[in-house]
Amino acid sequence: MQLTGAQALIKSLEQEGVDTIFGLPGGAILPVYDPLLDSTIRHILVRHEQGAGHMAEGYALATGRPGVAMVTSGPGATNIVTPIGNAHMDSTPLVVITGQVATAAIGTDAFQECDITGITMGITKHNFLVQSAQEIPRAVAAAFHLATTGRPGPVLIDVPKDVTQSMMDWWYPATVEEYDLPGYRPDLELDNGAVERAVALINESERPLLYVGGGTLKSNATHELLAFAERTGMPVVTTLMARGSFPDSHEQHLGMPGMHGMYTAVTAIQKSDLLISLGARFDDRVTGKISAFAPEAKIIHVDIDKAEFNKVRQADVAIQSNVASALVALDAARATPRNLDVWWKTINAWRDQYPLVYDEPESEGPLRPQHVIEAIAATAAPGTIVASGVGQHQMWASQHWKFDEPRTWINSGGAGTMGFGVPAAIGAKVGRPDRTVWCIDGDGCFQMTAQELVTARSEGIPIKVAILNNAYLGMVRQWQEMFYEERYSEVYLSADLPDYVKWAEAMGCVGLRARTVKEMHEVIEQANAINDVPVVIDFRTDASEKVFPMVASGASNDDIMVHPSQRGASR
Amino acid sequence: MSPEPYLGDTTRTPIRHHILSVLVENKPGVLARIAGLFARRGFNIYSLAVAPAESHARFSRVTIVVDAESAPLEQIVGQLDKLVNVVAITDLAPRDALERELLIASVPVDDDNRLTVLDTITHGGASIVDVGATSVTVMLAGTPDACDELERSLEKFSDVELHRTGRVALPRLG
Ligand SMILES: Cc1ncc(C[n+]2csc(CCOP(=O)(O)OP(=O)(O)O)c2C)c(N)n1
Ligand SMILES: [Mg+2]
Repeated sequence: MQLTGAQALIKSLEQEGVDTIFGLPGGAILPVYDPLLDSTIRHILVRHEQGAGHMAEGYALATGRPGVAMVTSGPGATNIVTPIGNAHMDSTPLVVITGQVATAAIGTDAFQECDITGITMGITKHNFLVQSAQEIPRAVAAAFHLATTGRPGPVLIDVPKDVTQSMMDWWYPATVEEYDLPGYRPDLELDNGAVERAVALINESERPLLYVGGGTLKSNATHELLAFAERTGMPVVTTLMARGSFPDSHEQHLGMPGMHGMYTAVTAIQKSDLLISLGARFDDRVTGKISAFAPEAKIIHVDIDKAEFNKVRQADVAIQSNVASALVALDAARATPRNLDVWWKTINAWRDQYPLVYDEPESEGPLRPQHVIEAIAATAAPGTIVASGVGQHQMWASQHWKFDEPRTWINSGGAGTMGFGVPAAIGAKVGRPDRTVWCIDGDGCFQMTAQELVTARSEGIPIKVAILNNAYLGMVRQWQEMFYEERYSEVYLSADLPDYVKWAEAMGCVGLRARTVKEMHEVIEQANAINDVPVVIDFRTDASEKVFPMVASGASNDDIMVHPSQRGASR
Repeated sequence: MSPEPYLGDTTRTPIRHHILSVLVENKPGVLARIAGLFARRGFNIYSLAVAPAESHARFSRVTIVVDAESAPLEQIVGQLDKLVNVVAITDLAPRDALERELLIASVPVDDDNRLTVLDTITHGGASIVDVGATSVTVMLAGTPDACDELERSLEKFSDVELHRTGRVALPRLG
């Protein structure tokens, strides 16, 4: 069968089971948009290519399937660089297709030419510049294989215009061998010796802790984690990337560790004698000052990527494996720590002394952002998916929403990309249309990518957006308040400019506003009743509110600052 | 007057160097991926040699001498191994490796220095591969130490043009 390269590209995506592409056309990718008309694949026309990338990420995080985005060359391609970098940091499987100028024009500074494979070399798992139409199926098959196996990540396919316009004989690789990836071997054999050494460490531990990272979600290991944790009775912490991998409602769960982690989670790490890291990477936002991190702990480091071992902290035992297989092996070997009664007694004392608190809400406002999140959570349908931007609101969402299911927390962890929330929520809703999707956003973040609500409205994607409008780039304001003697530099945004209600309405969404606690409950109820169009709520929150607990940048986890109301109590 | 160009300390191998013999796919951009990875992580490349591997046009062998003091070797190897185009990595500690390098240099000669030049070349184990009216071109294929030695001994002549390939290596037998 003779096809154009463009037809072959669409057909290859169909072969990979793609049901949705997020994208925006332009000259170099134009040929591919024609066969798209005849395809079953749904295309979602974004208003900015950054939106396409974050939507694909939200889709991938909510479904576990790779997200797909397609854009044109030059500025179309550079506009999607931020999401590619974001997906790279968070190991999110993406396949990004970029148009490229014709092969003969490459290197001539042709109109809308840019070296996107060069630009994204350091922020993709791999990228391809396709040289001929005949090679398209192989590139697509290999891209999906790379994006989804081993440590997942973004893969970019750059396709010159003459390649999509020329003819090819249709074929599709039937086996991995045909992908032509001689240097890629994601299948690992579990090192039984390492497992045995890990079991020995567990068996002699008295203060063990399961330090659960995003790799646990990537390997769908939530059942294995629950089984192992319950059999051994060990306490669990889940990082920002792992929220939802272990139920927040479970009594063994101490919450999130890190810079804005729970006092108990942070302190339990510090005092543990054995840290079992499951798909976590000892990020500086978790470790604080590395030389003071968990000083008494031996380390069992489970990761699919061996380059993570000893990168930040020397491991006593490294197990190169996906988290699920490693947990099954440890469980099968009946790894069992010593009696943990004393450890739990200590932990529970910390829990009693330093629960997560915030100041009493004032009924006349301004609203407490934490209260808003809890109020939304209290009335949200079970299984609601929460996306967030980056800033204080993100930390409060992670702290105050109770996650009980994997893939219900969609956020930008490693890169901390402002503007991630709205498009990611849209992508999540496309992937899981059965679920309610809330975006907990900041006013600053909202202004970066709000235009995608036009996409959401026109494509019929009814997400709900809660703007915690504190009139500031709040997280930066918090640092200036605490570490720069309240010298506020370029962080004020205004609560009224833009008018978020009018803006929402202009984008075809329902716009609501709440200033008092009573209004807060009313608008949440209204929003919950709307299921056909996107809803945006402007919650007027207290600008002076800060995120606690907090470990200052570069400080030791031992110097965690708790909420002011908890200070002075004996520690 | 322009300042003397800084050529770096080309004659001294880092004390704790390691030789990575890396088999890669022979595809456009692979070298850029390797170089980019080193640059991005602040790993210092001391020397680099690339050529098609064995008889396959499909693979190339890249021999990289890295300063193991600039970054932990385990990190370098781990990150390199993640490059999809990298097929195999052999890490050779200097004591286990047979290292060879090629040096060529053209040395201006006149009646005054002819004898000293010839003496230096013979003494350094190099051979003459080209003779012109006013200069000779010599080569040495030998250990990096021998190349260092020859390079140093040629320093006493002016306007020497000297090139080195960077080393290639194989494990010592037995
Ligand atoms: C693209 C980008 N630019 C800048 C930053 C630095 N930054 C981190 S949080 C933040 C403030 C976010 O403001 P807002 O969305 O209003 O959230 P808030 O902290 O007020 O809840 C900024 C500027 C970033 N993370 N991402
Ligand atoms: Mg704000």
